[in-house]
Amino acid sequence: MTENTWDPSKPILEIENLSISFFTRLREIPAVMDFSCSVMAGEAMGLVGESGCGKSTVALAVMRDLGKNGKIVAGSIKFKGRDLTNMDDEELRHIRGSEIAMIYQEPMASLNPAMKIGAQLAEVPMIHSGMSKDEAWKLARQIVADVRLPDPDRIINAYPHQLSGGQQQRIVIAMALMAKPALLILDEPTTALDVTVEAGIVDLVKELGEKYGTSMLFISHNLGLVMDVCDRICVMYSGEAVETGNVVEVFDKMRHPYTQALFRSIPLPGADKNARPLISIPGNFPLPHERPPGCNFGPRCDYFEKGRCDAADIPMDPVPGGDRHGSRCLRWTEIDWDAPPAKRAVKQKAPIGEVVLRMEDLRKYYDVATGAFGGGEKKVVKANETLSFEAREGETLAIVGESGCGKSTFAKVLMGLETATSGSIMLFDENVQSTPIQKRNTDTVSSVQMVFQNPFDTLNPSMNVGRQIIRALEIFKHGNSDAERHARMLELLDLVKLPRAFADRMPRQLSGGQKQRVGIARAFAGGAKVVVADEPVSALDVSVQAAVTDLLMDIQRENRTTLLFISHDLSIVRYLSDRVMVMYLGHVVEMGTTDQVFQPPYHPYTEALLSAVPIADTKITRKRIVLEGDIPSAMNPPPGCPFQTRCRWKSQVPGGLCDREMPPVQVLEGGHNIKCHLSAEILASMEPVIKMAAE
Amino acid sequence: MLTFIARRLGLMLLTAFVLTFVVFFLTNLPPNLEKLARSEGSVRMTDESVAAWIEQNGHGGSVFARYGQWLGVVPGWTRTDDKGVTRGRCIQPRQDPAEAARFCGILQGDWGFSTFFKKDVLPSLSEKLAATGWLMMWVMIVMVPTALVIGVVSGMREGSRTDRVLSTFSIASTATPEYVSGVILVALFASPVTGLSPMLAEWGWIDGRTLFQGAASPDRITFWSFTLPVLTIALYGIGYIARMTRASMTEVMTAQYIRTARLKGVSFGQVVVRHALRNALIAPFTVIMLQFPWLLNGVVIVETLFNYKGFGWTLVQAAGNNDINLLLGCSVVAVFVVLVTQLISDIGYVFLNPRIRLS
Repeated sequence: MTENTWDPSKPILEIENLSISFFTRLREIPAVMDFSCSVMAGEAMGLVGESGCGKSTVALAVMRDLGKNGKIVAGSIKFKGRDLTNMDDEELRHIRGSEIAMIYQEPMASLNPAMKIGAQLAEVPMIHSGMSKDEAWKLARQIVADVRLPDPDRIINAYPHQLSGGQQQRIVIAMALMAKPALLILDEPTTALDVTVEAGIVDLVKELGEKYGTSMLFISHNLGLVMDVCDRICVMYSGEAVETGNVVEVFDKMRHPYTQALFRSIPLPGADKNARPLISIPGNFPLPHERPPGCNFGPRCDYFEKGRCDAADIPMDPVPGGDRHGSRCLRWTEIDWDAPPAKRAVKQKAPIGEVVLRMEDLRKYYDVATGAFGGGEKKVVKANETLSFEAREGETLAIVGESGCGKSTFAKVLMGLETATSGSIMLFDENVQSTPIQKRNTDTVSSVQMVFQNPFDTLNPSMNVGRQIIRALEIFKHGNSDAERHARMLELLDLVKLPRAFADRMPRQLSGGQKQRVGIARAFAGGAKVVVADEPVSALDVSVQAAVTDLLMDIQRENRTTLLFISHDLSIVRYLSDRVMVMYLGHVVEMGTTDQVFQPPYHPYTEALLSAVPIADTKITRKRIVLEGDIPSAMNPPPGCPFQTRCRWKSQVPGGLCDREMPPVQVLEGGHNIKCHLSAEILASMEPVIKMAAE
Repeated sequence: MLTFIARRLGLMLLTAFVLTFVVFFLTNLPPNLEKLARSEGSVRMTDESVAAWIEQNGHGGSVFARYGQWLGVVPGWTRTDDKGVTRGRCIQPRQDPAEAARFCGILQGDWGFSTFFKKDVLPSLSEKLAATGWLMMWVMIVMVPTALVIGVVSGMREGSRTDRVLSTFSIASTATPEYVSGVILVALFASPVTGLSPMLAEWGWIDGRTLFQGAASPDRITFWSFTLPVLTIALYGIGYIARMTRASMTEVMTAQYIRTARLKGVSFGQVVVRHALRNALIAPFTVIMLQFPWLLNGVVIVETLFNYKGFGWTLVQAAGNNDINLLLGCSVVAVFVVLVTQLISDIGYVFLNPRIRLS
């Protein structure tokens, strides 16, 4: 076998000058150009970039699974010294799953819904090493235990839909490990998961990588995550690797303008919406068939030099003195990398006005049936429990929590899409609690609006942008004539900083960020006083996120809007919110100003949440607190404190109080609320999770 | 599970009432009754005597009362004429009126008397239904496996040559109605003067004068007589089910878990058999169950074409001969076949697909 001739000191995966194109009827679309990288044995290589930059295409090329249209047009992919690009199907089949395994973005979609977990796992050794069925199932059981899933005997006999998202991802990892592969490709393995679950998966991947000595190709758009997991990094932009090197080196001494711009556009601790706002990358990501000549990043680059950067293709240039550090930039030696960013508009903090929205003791319960045929036990899901808060004019209140914590239910109740079970919602001293949206008057509807999570699905695909905004104006009874409404629509486009010509475009002609701007324009069409933004930027790329976030902030400053910002991303919450409300299983567990929530004393859940968020800054150290298990189902919440099943401070509360009683709300200094049994002394003795090293 | 079935059965009964009432109303419209009076009584009756006949034979009065009598929830009509002879819905000829039952509708098992067969509806209907049952069974045996195989094979490699050939065949076969394909098949295979049979007979490859028979009878089910009717019905269904299966299969083949399986190193054949098949069969299952009511429909044409005396043929004769009781009987049977297969389909779906919850 050729495998024996491979020398372990050589790279396990060596990609040289790889170019991949997709062929459509119209044209050839180059997806990846001149890509080179090598992964040594036991090394973890991170591949970062925005969507469409070709990072997943590289991964699929390594697997040689590019589909019918994709072709490798140049270059080679050497795995253990053998070239994968000219292997036949039979040889590939032996390598797939046994030597190279892959972990996917969406665990639910990548498991066969009609096959038992055990059968899906056992298949791997049965194919590759001809193991008998019994032995393979035994191995499956053992690996399931290895990925630290509780009760492996039950799990191998379960179907995928019976497991939670985090458990499914552990199964996908287990499947990849069944044949002890030499190389593991992870394609955004935690994007679909909650942060506390993500932290557990990341730890597992790192630990298993060390245990089995597996090399990893880790694809992600999250720089913080890459820093946690990888040794080396390769930054991709529009089909090319623009910078590669050691993780710490690239993070601290980046030598490519795109890498720099990327770091300046993500909310790291220390960024502030007023004093140190984020700097978004101007312009848009070029489409694959509309790439500029020369440097792909040229049109968006601050250091662009006409006649030089757009003259010819730019080769990868090694950075002397670095650890295999390279940059695809002609001017990297000329740029002063330590200079502070030039244009950083400092903005005035908007004053906070009087109370606009007040919720008191709001509850929302759902009845659900559990049986397969609609019968079975009736259960009550408590989506929101005793929710009380107020929001003031011009304030940003962030609502933070993982999936299933009830934050979206709360938004629905506020919007009137659902009616509350009990409690009151006072909007400008008017009780709207039990008024569904159909019965609300136009004023109320237009003053409470929503910006949705997914800009791709919320615009009508068959109506042009201008028409959609005018439609909203008509519904809000704004303006007396069509001409007036048309004028107002153009003003709204100005407000969200879209060119007026976009009024005639169809949604499909817009990028994600532009669509979200249309969504924002629509929400503000009726002069909304309260805007609920449900994860408005989570579906967008990092460089666009900053621009959309800043747009929201600007509009808020101008219109003195109350913004309820629903998010699971603590970095962005820290950056833009004035006050934060942390929710867990329908309960508000902590509420206070941003500083109060992000500094100790913490609620134990907030503490874990903060520690789980990866931060792309080498100067920051954070305490690792990995929560055990999953979020309990809202159908079956634990007795007593909702967080007691995963709380690491539980032992500090005497008398098993957490198991029995719902904790009271403790009001600490400055109106900081914490729903916890822990005594004031213990809370006061908590250490900060995130520490900034001295510079 | 039990409450679900109970609820579905309740709904089914309600649907059956509504549907049978509609059929009852339409078959008992005054012109129909006049026609009945003239065919049962005398063609040359005056209009007055027609009205009298209708009145005397219990066809007068409100349609609801008559529907109730037919169902068996309203007492059957009785009438004593001038000669002192008491006749009634529930009184058999030469029976003492005092001994007759008060109620005699379909709920009591009395489906009425067929004027066409000249005997009770129930036994004649069940006999014809059994005959159609045989035909349907063979259709299903031929149709379902063929359709699934065609669908799966063409769906597993979307856009390939095999796919295009099979897709063309299934579109063509499902676009051809039975009365066209039946006639073509008869002309091709069952005519002693045209098609293949004369040539084959000339070469001495077949014993008789035709390859297959152009008529079938429930008393003698043979390969020669059944091939053409079964093929005629099946061809239409094959195309339809195959298209559904193909659509479902192509969708499954692009699913991520198929990619997972492929990148696990599973061979293509195993990917199809072990990973794709069960998932791909979930959608066609409903379509196959929907074929049962459709078959009842299809047999009307085919049984008439091949002169096969089954349910469809009976339906045509009942309608053609204004046999109200027989027509009502047919509609009751049809309604129940449709509703029962739907119930089975819904329940089976839950067992096939572990993710489905009905509520």
